[in-house]
Amino acid sequence: MTNTIIINTVRFILLVLLQVLLLNNINFLGYVNPHLYILFLVMYPFNTPQSIFLLVAFLLGITIDTFEDSGGINAAACLVIAFIRPALLRFSFGVSYDYQTVKLSNTAYGARAGYVMFIVFIHHFILFTLEMFDFSHIFLILKKTLFSGIFTTLLVLISLTLFKPKRR
Amino acid sequence: MQQIFNFLIRNKNNILFLLLLTLSLFLTIQSHSFHKSKFISSANAVTGGIYNWANNIQTYFHLDDYNRRLLEENKQLRSLLANTRDTASLSGALDSISLDGVYNFMTARVINNNYSKINNYITLDIGENSGVQKEFGVITSQGIVGIVDHVNKRHARVISILNSQSRINAQLKKTNHFGSLVWDGKDPNIVQLIDVPRQAPVEVGDTIITGGRSLIFPQGIPIGDVTRFTLDQNESYYTLYVRLFNDMTNIGHVYVIENEEKEEIKALEATND
Repeated sequence: MTNTIIINTVRFILLVLLQVLLLNNINFLGYVNPHLYILFLVMYPFNTPQSIFLLVAFLLGITIDTFEDSGGINAAACLVIAFIRPALLRFSFGVSYDYQTVKLSNTAYGARAGYVMFIVFIHHFILFTLEMFDFSHIFLILKKTLFSGIFTTLLVLISLTLFKPKRR
Repeated sequence: MQQIFNFLIRNKNNILFLLLLTLSLFLTIQSHSFHKSKFISSANAVTGGIYNWANNIQTYFHLDDYNRRLLEENKQLRSLLANTRDTASLSGALDSISLDGVYNFMTARVINNNYSKINNYITLDIGENSGVQKEFGVITSQGIVGIVDHVNKRHARVISILNSQSRINAQLKKTNHFGSLVWDGKDPNIVQLIDVPRQAPVEVGDTIITGGRSLIFPQGIPIGDVTRFTLDQNESYYTLYVRLFNDMTNIGHVYVIENEEKEEIKALEATND
C-alpha cells in the first residue's frame, strides 16, 4: 500500500514538471499542446476509494493551474474525469471492472484505446470550453479539442506501452 | 439527525464532487474578470522558483540571440546619440529641470511565457524586493509586452498583451487618433486596435505607438504596423489589425517601467468631481 502511494507521488511530481516545463512549450502549429499529465488519472489505481481519487484529481488540476495562471480550468476538468471514471471503466472493460480484476496493462488494446480516448476528449472539451468561457467560439473550442486531443491520446498510449509494468 | 448523517455518508462522493467543482468554477470565473485572480498565480515562491531554475538552464541556449538584440539596440541608441548635434542644449536643459526623468526603468528576465491560450500571462524573475509594483509597464527594445498585475517578494506576474482582458491605449504615429489595443485570441503576432474614429486617415503599413493617455507606458513606444483594417457595423469606428514588431513567442529580457508621477496624476483625477 505504501509502495503505491510512493509510486503515485513520484508520478504526480514528474508528470506535473514534464507538463509545465516541457509540454506547455511545444505549441505545435501555434496552439497544439499535449496534456500528458492526465496520464496520472488514467493510470491511478482502480481500487482506491472514489473520494480520495476526487481529492487527488483536484489537487493535480489546481497544481497545473497554478503554474499556468489559468484559474481553475484544469481542476474542473480533472475533477469531472475523476467523477465519471468508474462509469467509463465499466463501459470500456465491461463486467470485469465490477469484480476489481481488471489491470490496465493486461486489457485488450482496443478497449484500452477507447478508454483513453474518452478520458482525453472529455477532459479537453471541458478544459477549452472553460478557457474560452464563450460559446460563440465553439469552432475554436472544437478545433483545439480535436488536435490537442489526438496529440494527447497518442502520447498517453505510447507512454502506457513503454512503461508497462514488468511481468514477474 | 441520523437520517441526515446517513444521507451525507451515502452521497459523500457526489457532495465532495460538487463542492470541489464549485470551487474550481469559482476560481475560473474569477480568473476571467480583470485584476481579480490573486489566489492561483504562478508568481509564488514554489512555481516561481521552479520556473527560475528551469530558465537558468534555457538561457544559455539563447545567449547568441540576446547578444544580437542587445547589439542592435546599442546601435540604435548610439546612432541617436551621435546624430544629436547640439549637446549644449541638452546640458542646458539639465539646469532647469530635475535630472531624474518621470520614468524609471528596471531590467528583468522572463522565466515563463505563454502565448497559445486566450488569457496569457508572463512571469518575471524580479518582484517587490526589486521595487516592482502592480501596474508597471513591461516592454522590450522592440515593442510592448504587457502590464504587471501581481507581485510577491521575488517574482512578478504580467498580463501579456496577448490576453483577452488586456486593454492598452495606443494611437497612430502620424496623427493623434487613438484606440484600445486588444487581442482576439487567434494569432500571437496580430493584435487589434479597436475604437479608432472613422475620421482617422488609416492606411496599410501605418505604425502604431503607445498613446499618451496611459499612465503606464511613456508615449511613443512602437507597437506594430497595420496589416489590414475594417469598419465596424455602425460604420463609425475602425478596427485595425496590427502586426507586432515584437515577437511575443520569443522574449528573453525585458524592461519594467515605473511612472513616478502616476500617483500624483491619479490623485488629481480623483479630486475632479
